[in-house]
Amino acid sequence: MNQFTLAAVNFAWLPILPLIAVTLGAMVIMLVGPGIDDEDSAGLGLIALMTVLAAFVLTLFTLGENTLSFGGALALDDYSGFFELVILVATAVTIGMSLDYVADERIAGAEYYSLILFAALGMMLMATAGDLIIIFLGLETMSIAVYALVGFLRRDPRSSEAALKYFLLGAFSTGFLLYGIALVYGATGTIRLDPVRAAVATDMASNPLLLMGLGMMLIGFGFKVAAVPFHMWTPDAYEGAPTPVTAFMAVGVKVAAFAGFLRIFLVHLGPVSAQWSAVLWVLAVLTMSVGNLIALVQSNIKRMLAYSAIAHAGYIILGMAAASSHQAGGAILYYLLGYSFTTLGAFAVVIALERAGEARDRISDFRGLARTHPGLAAAMAIFMLSLAGVPPLAGFVGKFYLFSAALNAGLVWLVIIAALNSAISVYYYTRVIVEMYAREGNEIDVKRIGARPALLLSIVAGVAGTVLIGIFPQPYMGASASAFAAAAGRPALKTTAMLR
Amino acid sequence: MGGFWLTALTFVPLLGAFGVLMQSDEESIWRSAFVFSLIPLAISLYLFAVFDPHQASYQFVERYSWIPQFGISYHMGMDGISLFLVILTTLLISLSLLYSGGGDIETRPREFCFMMLVLETGLIGALLAIDLFLFYVFWEVMLVPMYLMIGIWGHGRKIYATFKFVLFTMLGSLLMLVAILYLVGAARAQLGHLTFDLPDLYRVPLSQAEARWLFAGFAIAFAIKVPMWPVHTWLPDAHTEAPTAGSVMLAAVMLKMGAYGFLRFAIPLFPEVAIEATPIFMALAVIGIIYGALVAMVQPDLKRIVAYSSVSHLGFVMLGIFALNPQGLDGAVYQMLNHGVSTGALFLLVGMIYVRRHTRDVSEFGGLWKTVPMFAVVFMVVMLSSIGLPGLNGFVGEFLILLGTFLKSQRAAEVAVLGVVLGALYMMWAYERVMWGPITKAVNQTIKDLSKREIAVMVPLIALMLLMGLYPRPLLSRMEPSLNLLLDRVGAAQARLDAEHTRTIAALAAPVRNLADK
Repeated sequence: MNQFTLAAVNFAWLPILPLIAVTLGAMVIMLVGPGIDDEDSAGLGLIALMTVLAAFVLTLFTLGENTLSFGGALALDDYSGFFELVILVATAVTIGMSLDYVADERIAGAEYYSLILFAALGMMLMATAGDLIIIFLGLETMSIAVYALVGFLRRDPRSSEAALKYFLLGAFSTGFLLYGIALVYGATGTIRLDPVRAAVATDMASNPLLLMGLGMMLIGFGFKVAAVPFHMWTPDAYEGAPTPVTAFMAVGVKVAAFAGFLRIFLVHLGPVSAQWSAVLWVLAVLTMSVGNLIALVQSNIKRMLAYSAIAHAGYIILGMAAASSHQAGGAILYYLLGYSFTTLGAFAVVIALERAGEARDRISDFRGLARTHPGLAAAMAIFMLSLAGVPPLAGFVGKFYLFSAALNAGLVWLVIIAALNSAISVYYYTRVIVEMYAREGNEIDVKRIGARPALLLSIVAGVAGTVLIGIFPQPYMGASASAFAAAAGRPALKTTAMLR
Repeated sequence: MGGFWLTALTFVPLLGAFGVLMQSDEESIWRSAFVFSLIPLAISLYLFAVFDPHQASYQFVERYSWIPQFGISYHMGMDGISLFLVILTTLLISLSLLYSGGGDIETRPREFCFMMLVLETGLIGALLAIDLFLFYVFWEVMLVPMYLMIGIWGHGRKIYATFKFVLFTMLGSLLMLVAILYLVGAARAQLGHLTFDLPDLYRVPLSQAEARWLFAGFAIAFAIKVPMWPVHTWLPDAHTEAPTAGSVMLAAVMLKMGAYGFLRFAIPLFPEVAIEATPIFMALAVIGIIYGALVAMVQPDLKRIVAYSSVSHLGFVMLGIFALNPQGLDGAVYQMLNHGVSTGALFLLVGMIYVRRHTRDVSEFGGLWKTVPMFAVVFMVVMLSSIGLPGLNGFVGEFLILLGTFLKSQRAAEVAVLGVVLGALYMMWAYERVMWGPITKAVNQTIKDLSKREIAVMVPLIALMLLMGLYPRPLLSRMEPSLNLLLDRVGAAQARLDAEHTRTIAALAAPVRNLADK
């Protein structure tokens, strides 16, 4: 058997510098934090922002690298690089949205920002994982930090309830994942992903241990990406959490969970995709339909965006069900990219409306916004249209890419169901636009956005991403496709060749 | 033929839209929007002048790679079908802006002009795109300003109308998106590369079952937009609640996008299925003609009368298209333009009366002839054009359509003629109740006649009605080559179907003949 010897282990330090940077940043904040008043926490936020920026730059340097480090525990390739960049952008935007929010709500900045960074660390770890234990480690690092973040509004009972609910269900789901990992280990004799893939590629398709492990892991990830029927925690957690944390969950947690989910299933369990793609077919239909239908009747914007996030997870799972198509991986990565910018932007607008102690998260709070704050309303309209899949925005091109991958895999009915679902979703996204533009009165006083440059910048970043990724999709599509190809171990083929 | 004309035509309005956003006072907003809308109008008229009437294929073509990974290109071109629809768009946008600046739109003029100009970009782009992806993008882009226009500046149950409009059209377009993607997938299997280019996709042979499903995907989207009976229910609401300019653009151009979609995409992509589906579509068209006319007759609201008359008139257009012969197609395209001019003018007139009285109830009027003679005369001309009086534009289109239909199906033509009669009936009856008789309401004695601005809006439309009614040649001669190209495709498909039919008969007859030989 594999005798563990230190000499045989390859330590490549350089590619994990982004992870180290984030860890150090979080520790620095913890150390200096207690000496700083809650009202002045913006300084801590800036430290966090600089940390993320540094990690972003360091990640850019590691692109093109394709190594297994720490004996295969970490897979440092363009796939991890792609996800790290998305996660870091999401973290940066989250921090940008938090600066004023945290100070206004008198949240303890040291704990808040360090937990954000630790959560980001966990997310990045999930994206870089080369074995199942690291995936678990990353998931836990991320989840525990986020459980705490959800409950940060200590005076708000909704927040505490959300945290408890999220924690209990989350812990439960982690158990499933761990069981799954154990069973897969039992079936294949290894926790390293590459050998798992080699093992399942040989005749493992009907191994009961493997199949059970696979199912357990599916449930575990299903919880984290909020797939139906494992979505129950989502609306409550999204509604109760501080809004920047909600954005962080809707984007960061989801992207990271998909990073792990995709790497395990699409790449390393790809050889047995026949065993799980039918399950994902059902999961995709359920997730899309339930998410969209329940979103129709929401009157709270955070709950509506929660169900919308569920629905979008459904579209992504549709892409996973299309595993047999070469386009699928690239399409999902591209979709996640567009989804991240759009969703972050939408939450940033929600935050812009809030005031200390007042949530203002009902959809009717948006009434008449176009008259009082045309810029905010226009930005929100762009985000809603992108989520609804109106061209030429990122959300549309993402759906286009996903649907064409699924058709490529022959999933015609699934795509038709998805198209009908998109039509349903148009209703509730349009509702926000109608409230802002077509209805009058009930205008709320919004704190001047110009006085909150970080928040403004977050919204601008969201708009820029949503529009640019949509109108000039080629570079992002290319990057997504080659990032996925890097993980799949195939040489980064020319993108046009890949599509054949 | 290269150049940048089509790009300029499409994107000048978008630039103008952002230019309008920079303006601050109301006067300069309206003026700048109007001026910006004149540029594309001038370009489209220039293109009409230099358009080569003998060329059937696309002119002024522009093509740049856009998303090479998917074989998507920015491919624009204009042919005899799109040329006139583009001119109709640019003209009516200008006139609508001119009209709306005169008091019809009281709130948020900046946003209104912005929406109108963005709408223009969407409409023109959808008419000029030859790449299916590009087409879909514009097709959806034009939805957004339209529903915001209904939602913001509409009347009455505007929110309900907005949602109904959005949901109907989005449902159709998303199914069309699936069909587009499937078609492209099939094309890759056949041609070996991904392409969204229309001429390439024309060449893709499909199995009969595939073609039927795909045709359905496209046809539903377009039929909703036309709208054909029974998916027309969004139209009366949207039309009635929309602001005047919105109704004008909806009726004049947006509905034409549905018919245009049949001509440009659904029929040439799947000619065999189109031939098979002819009886269904002719039946639906005839039902639409009669149904629209009958419902229009009992409407108490002037705008609803015009809205249901659109259902009836668009039924004629669809009837002409599915006659699939030169007369029918010529008439259909001509009728598309007629309907744009006449119904656009009708909606403008209804808007003018609404601004004066803040009601559109037929029973609120009566005897207007005495107080607003000029208005009554203009209304008369427009109404006569709408019901197809010889000498005005409506006649040419309806005549050609009925001729084409008669050649295809005598029965359909017989019923459709009834629609013409009913059309005259409800229009003239409405006219009589509004204009003639004694003045029953005192307020009607003091309303003002057409203002200079309103005359300026109506004069070009009335001139067009006369011109198109008396001298259709310059229009027909430019659209015919392109329509003949379409008919060639249909003819080839018919030949294939006939050959198959003969083969089937022969195969069936063979055993019998063998028996007889023995």
